[in-house]
Amino acid sequence: MRNIILVAAAILIAGVTGSSAQQKPVVDAAKVDADIAKAFSAAPAEWKPRLEQDESMKECSIHENSPPKAVAEGIQKREKAKIEYPADGKLMGDWQSGEKLAQSGYGLRFTDYPARNPNGGNCYACHQLTKSEVSYGTIGPSLINYGKIRNFSEADTKAAYEKVYNAQAAYPCSNMPRFGTNKVLTIEQIKDLVALVMGPDSPVNK
Amino acid sequence: MMAEESAVKRILIILMAFCAAVALASLARAQDETEKAIEKYRQMLKEDPWSNPGLLDADRGEGLWKTPAGLTKVSLEKCDLGKGAGVVDGAFAELPRYFADADKVMDLETRLMWCMEKLQGLKRDDLVKRPYPAGGQPVKDLGAIATYVANKSSGMKYAAKLDKPREKAVADEGQAIFFRRQGPHDFSCATCHNDSGKRIRLQGLPYLADPKEAKQVVGQWPAYRVSTTQVMTMQHRLYDCYWQMRMPELEMGSDVSVALIAYLTRSAEGGEIAAPGLKR
Repeated sequence: MRNIILVAAAILIAGVTGSSAQQKPVVDAAKVDADIAKAFSAAPAEWKPRLEQDESMKECSIHENSPPKAVAEGIQKREKAKIEYPADGKLMGDWQSGEKLAQSGYGLRFTDYPARNPNGGNCYACHQLTKSEVSYGTIGPSLINYGKIRNFSEADTKAAYEKVYNAQAAYPCSNMPRFGTNKVLTIEQIKDLVALVMGPDSPVNK
Repeated sequence: MMAEESAVKRILIILMAFCAAVALASLARAQDETEKAIEKYRQMLKEDPWSNPGLLDADRGEGLWKTPAGLTKVSLEKCDLGKGAGVVDGAFAELPRYFADADKVMDLETRLMWCMEKLQGLKRDDLVKRPYPAGGQPVKDLGAIATYVANKSSGMKYAAKLDKPREKAVADEGQAIFFRRQGPHDFSCATCHNDSGKRIRLQGLPYLADPKEAKQVVGQWPAYRVSTTQVMTMQHRLYDCYWQMRMPELEMGSDVSVALIAYLTRSAEGGEIAAPGLKR
């Protein structure tokens, strides 16, 4: 009898979650991967790794960027372990170079080869940073006065470095690229961006 | 036709004057003003449908549809777009759909490519090679034909049912691809198109997973783009998105692009088709 009740309850729960999960269809991930490989089959060999997903990409995709708690914690732990720090321990570079990087969306598109410029961070595409730049996007939060409201603290400087290096170590499935981990930006470039948001002299904090 | 072309020129001059004027204002203001100017332009299009430059390509497409071509020297008038051989009116409103002859779900451009292969003896490999124009160049022949066919559903509502198991599976796969993160930036379509009221720099981004917003924009493709002075088709639109996502070149008519178009169309079901639309 107890078993029957348990089974009935299980069916009920399955029914309820099944109807609420209608929005997210069950799709064979292997088929998606195979179709992606075919759709980009003309790509040169050195581009093929871009078709593959690492564990975190897979989990964020399957959960449509809203992973359950346990998965989110797993991503956070995994990504945190991928952060590399500057050898000299200095986390801030030059905000002026950072501002140039924040403006530039150049790099890694198929029209960007052979490379004519360093890769950009394209921060303004998604964030407000300085008051003078009015052409900014809103996918990410405004970063105006980012360092100032954090009292330019050392802990927050480190946190800013980590966020740019690997945003998912702070926010699992964040929309923001993992600039350091994915080798989009160098450690030196990331330091320049940290100076842009955390530097007391930076226009972000003026 | 002459009167139509001069109407196009007149309105383009008005639009250019608008753009020149707003270039002097601040960027944010300029963007706002440009958006208003384009909105005004869209209003004029409704009042005078012949003022959309994209219609010149639709005209060209109609000519191409009816002209014998390819190895077999036959026209595309025997092409079955889903409503019977040669039926163009309303065909786009019911695409993508499953085609038994090809045993595949196809969107408009993929179907046109299939007809060119089967009826005109053209090679798929040649058709997918450089299928889109460079900036400033007119849309290529297949795109012009797609513009013609889509325009013949303008004013109708999206009625692609996508309810056959094969169709549903393709649209579902499209949803998975929409959320698939990949490449050095971890981008997916959802990075930019899964929230309301967001912008990249000053460019507004439609929330495509939301039927309300999808209904307003999906039916505007193929669209005439003022910034590149050319018609861009939906397959071209997706190719350009993947360029931005730092991915390699997306093949025209691939299962990935068909699945994404099926997903977007399902999201936009019931929305009005207004193709060719007008975009920044």
